[in-house]
Amino acid sequence: MVSVKEIQGAAGLSGDQLLDIYYKMLLARTVGQRERMLNRMGKGPFAVTGEGHEATQVGTAFPLKPGYDWVVPYYRDIGVALTIGQSPRDLLLAHLSRADDISSGGRNMPSHFSDPHLRIVSGSAPVATHLPHGAGIALASKLRGLDEVTIVYTGDGGTSTGDCHEAMNFAGVHKLAVIFVIENNQYAISVPTRKQFAVEDVSTRAEGYGFPGVTVDGNDVLAVYAAAKDAIERARRGDGATLIEAKTYRLVPHTSDDDDRRYRSREEVEQWTARDPLVRYRGWLKEYNVADERKLDGLHEQAAREVDEATEEAESAPTPKPESALTHVFVED
Amino acid sequence: MTAIKEAIKTHGLTEKQLLQMLEKMLLARALSVRQRILQRMGKGPMTFSGEGHEAAQVGSAFALRPGVDWVFPYYRDVAVAVTIGMTPVDILRGFFARRDDINSGGRNMPSHFSHLGLRIVSGSAPIATQLPHAVGAALAAKLRKLDEIAVGYSGDGSTSTGDWHESMNFAGVQRLPVIFVCEHNNYAISVPWRKQAAIENVSIRAQGYGFPGVSVDGNDVLAVYGAMSEAVKRVRAGEGPTLIEAKTYRLMPHSSDDDDRRYRTREEVEAWSAKDSVAAFPHQLKELGVLDDNAEKEINDRVNHEVDAATDQVEQEPQPEAPTALRHVFVEEERS
Amino acid sequence: MPEKTMVEAIRDAMFEEMKRDDRVIVMGEDVGEGGVFRATEGFVAEFGEDRCMDTPLAESCIVGAAIGASLNGIIPIAEIQFADFSHPAFDQIVSEAARLHYRSNGTWSCPIVVRTPYGSGIHGGPYHSQSIEAFYAHVPGLKVICVASPYDAKGLLKSAIRDPNPVIFLEHKKAYRAFRQDIPDEDYTIPIGQAETKREGTDISLITYGMMTHHSLKAAETVEQENGASVEVIDLRTVSPWDKERVLESVKKTGKALIVYEDNITGGFGAEVAATIAQDAFEYLDGPVTRVASPDVPISPYSGILEEYILPNPEKIAEAIRKLAAY
Repeated sequence: MVSVKEIQGAAGLSGDQLLDIYYKMLLARTVGQRERMLNRMGKGPFAVTGEGHEATQVGTAFPLKPGYDWVVPYYRDIGVALTIGQSPRDLLLAHLSRADDISSGGRNMPSHFSDPHLRIVSGSAPVATHLPHGAGIALASKLRGLDEVTIVYTGDGGTSTGDCHEAMNFAGVHKLAVIFVIENNQYAISVPTRKQFAVEDVSTRAEGYGFPGVTVDGNDVLAVYAAAKDAIERARRGDGATLIEAKTYRLVPHTSDDDDRRYRSREEVEQWTARDPLVRYRGWLKEYNVADERKLDGLHEQAAREVDEATEEAESAPTPKPESALTHVFVED
Repeated sequence: MTAIKEAIKTHGLTEKQLLQMLEKMLLARALSVRQRILQRMGKGPMTFSGEGHEAAQVGSAFALRPGVDWVFPYYRDVAVAVTIGMTPVDILRGFFARRDDINSGGRNMPSHFSHLGLRIVSGSAPIATQLPHAVGAALAAKLRKLDEIAVGYSGDGSTSTGDWHESMNFAGVQRLPVIFVCEHNNYAISVPWRKQAAIENVSIRAQGYGFPGVSVDGNDVLAVYGAMSEAVKRVRAGEGPTLIEAKTYRLMPHSSDDDDRRYRTREEVEAWSAKDSVAAFPHQLKELGVLDDNAEKEINDRVNHEVDAATDQVEQEPQPEAPTALRHVFVEEERS
Repeated sequence: MPEKTMVEAIRDAMFEEMKRDDRVIVMGEDVGEGGVFRATEGFVAEFGEDRCMDTPLAESCIVGAAIGASLNGIIPIAEIQFADFSHPAFDQIVSEAARLHYRSNGTWSCPIVVRTPYGSGIHGGPYHSQSIEAFYAHVPGLKVICVASPYDAKGLLKSAIRDPNPVIFLEHKKAYRAFRQDIPDEDYTIPIGQAETKREGTDISLITYGMMTHHSLKAAETVEQENGASVEVIDLRTVSPWDKERVLESVKKTGKALIVYEDNITGGFGAEVAATIAQDAFEYLDGPVTRVASPDVPISPYSGILEEYILPNPEKIAEAIRKLAAY
């Protein structure tokens, strides 16, 4: 067995780390599938998941320091939340809006991740409104002389908003330690990117803000990891922001309320299913002897078990007290 | 010299047109100066100056067809307004907030130009909010298959706004007949460009929207006219928008309420005054043999006389009737 | 007469107006494939992509470009996917659309309609549930319509499209498919600013709009069956301008006023109704002008348990009716 250190493309990751990345991707996939299943069973009114985005999400979040670096995700970022340290139970408590839902106590929609200890910041549903928050957090780190890095996620539709432009420009002016990740899955709900912008790679816009932009294959987890690691290192040493555009594909409808057959051909979805980032990475792990079939199957079983247990726990957890709806409009102490 | 001759040849400008450009620049300058004096005399509460921007404004507006193309100016664009056809009376009625003020009937601040017949569209004070309107007018022209161009003007500060970005992006996606003119004078009130953006030329952002951007010397009226003519040609050929960044300098404070000595050195202002287009352009024309001292005096006298006459006239004109403040909240007649 | 849901009635209104007048277009996010609530289903096939235009995800530009297009001979219907997403366009609506006519001394005008689904009760959480009518009713130069029934929606949307002013057209999303109503085949409009008495009564005037009209009618039936208190239910339908005459006439008749709205109680549109009644019908009142509305917490939490606790419902309204009747 060759050492993974010698494998070109392993980005200096150890065997354990390479498998940890795979496990996080599996866990994200399994939680996404579970939420959609629970929704169809009528147990949760809504599901928004990220199947297909796992390489982008886990690859960008993995080089961060959990609980130290700041994470400002959007609603598809199950893989980000799990990589930083939220548990399947955390996500399922939110899906079923239980009293102990750490993200919002049943107030926000599912997949609106939040955990103060992990520095995952609560977001809203209007698109890209959190990009200025990311810039602001990074500004605070700079003013306070801390070497924290902030990572902000949004989709391709997010790039058209005024907030996106304002946040990137501000990050450029102040050379902030912030990384903007565009999970370009080629659709803003039904609107294809050709109606969203008139350029091939939206990463080219970074030049107009005075920092680098890169476009990576968002289904290649190690390529994404390498790009993110570079950007995080740049940010941490004070060289400012980076825009990472990860080109990927959402393999499922936008949400449980969406029917993507109206706007995407089945052939297109199948073509992208054939490029499933989990399948691809599994192939890579086997090719380079990082793990064998048995080991990888074991991880699948472990992920399924973990999500099963989390589902049971979340389902039996208590619902919020109705009158708790009145609390926390203002800070109470 | 050769460069000017070349530019004139390329753009096919006649001597008469060159003198018209000069006259518009001088008229705009005289109007700005007059408004500042009147404001200091206590005759109007507020004034914005366009001094220093004349070449950028006349050079760009001169390439348009008044009353056909759509103009969405910002509050510094007095030379755009007069080039398209507004008169000193129109401008000064806005300053004095007179009853017959065609811009707004005394409702908007001065220099918020509006003229229905000339297709100069009323704007507000929040920055860059007119750019989506320019995009919308261009969209309508495209949908209606009309040979019309919309031009959105704004300053360097505007490039940081969401509306600026959203407008550029939508114009790019739809390849609209719209031209964005950024009058880059290096200051958003007191905030210098280095605090506004981390790049030298904002025109490079156009590539991120899928259309060309150019930076020109905004104190060179013929260079601006050239860039604008190219942009107009592109629109006519169905090739969509252009972003023109005209680098210039505001020679006066932001407005009559501003003291620019707090944020600009006098040396800097003097260095730019030496590049003042209103002084440089007559000189160039003289070297070309298009203008002599007599002709220059004639133009200056005409401009001064026009501004004097307009001032005398407008000062005598009636104020709006107070209860008209209640009118025009809604359109009062049925839509056609 | 065919029975239609409200979203079908809205679709028909736009479809018919686009047929009638080729200046009318729809622009917004996802409208090309029919819209997330299917209000523009089939429009691209009928009218093409230019007249049912997918825009980039940029609400300020959707409204701003609609304003510009309206200046140049187009009548745009700007669809904002959810009312909660309209806030980036607040500046374009409040400072531009509403003020353009006034600030140009009656020269320019912008006939645009901003259509958007609003209201809660569908597990929308705090960003797919907001009521935004009070923000805009406060602004001179805008007309603001709140609909929650198929017949009213169609007639009022046609009026909005034909109006020479900017109109904010708020469609209660819970009412989109909740019930059907007979819709005439022939063209009809409902005047903007006209309330409708949905139920006659003699003891209490209940003034409401939007989804609360349905809850209020249920509550009125319940109470009347219990003890005979007779409640008159008035649906404002338009909150700006609003039908003061009809409201005052009713209050002068009954002597009691109950105002029901879904929005947060403080500064909600019902506060304006209450103030007007207190000022202009004071001598006719036999009881306190009373409001039922949501408490002052963000509307609405996602959990069904929390959401139900917050929102007015027929039971809460009935309780308020009983209390006011007994006064």
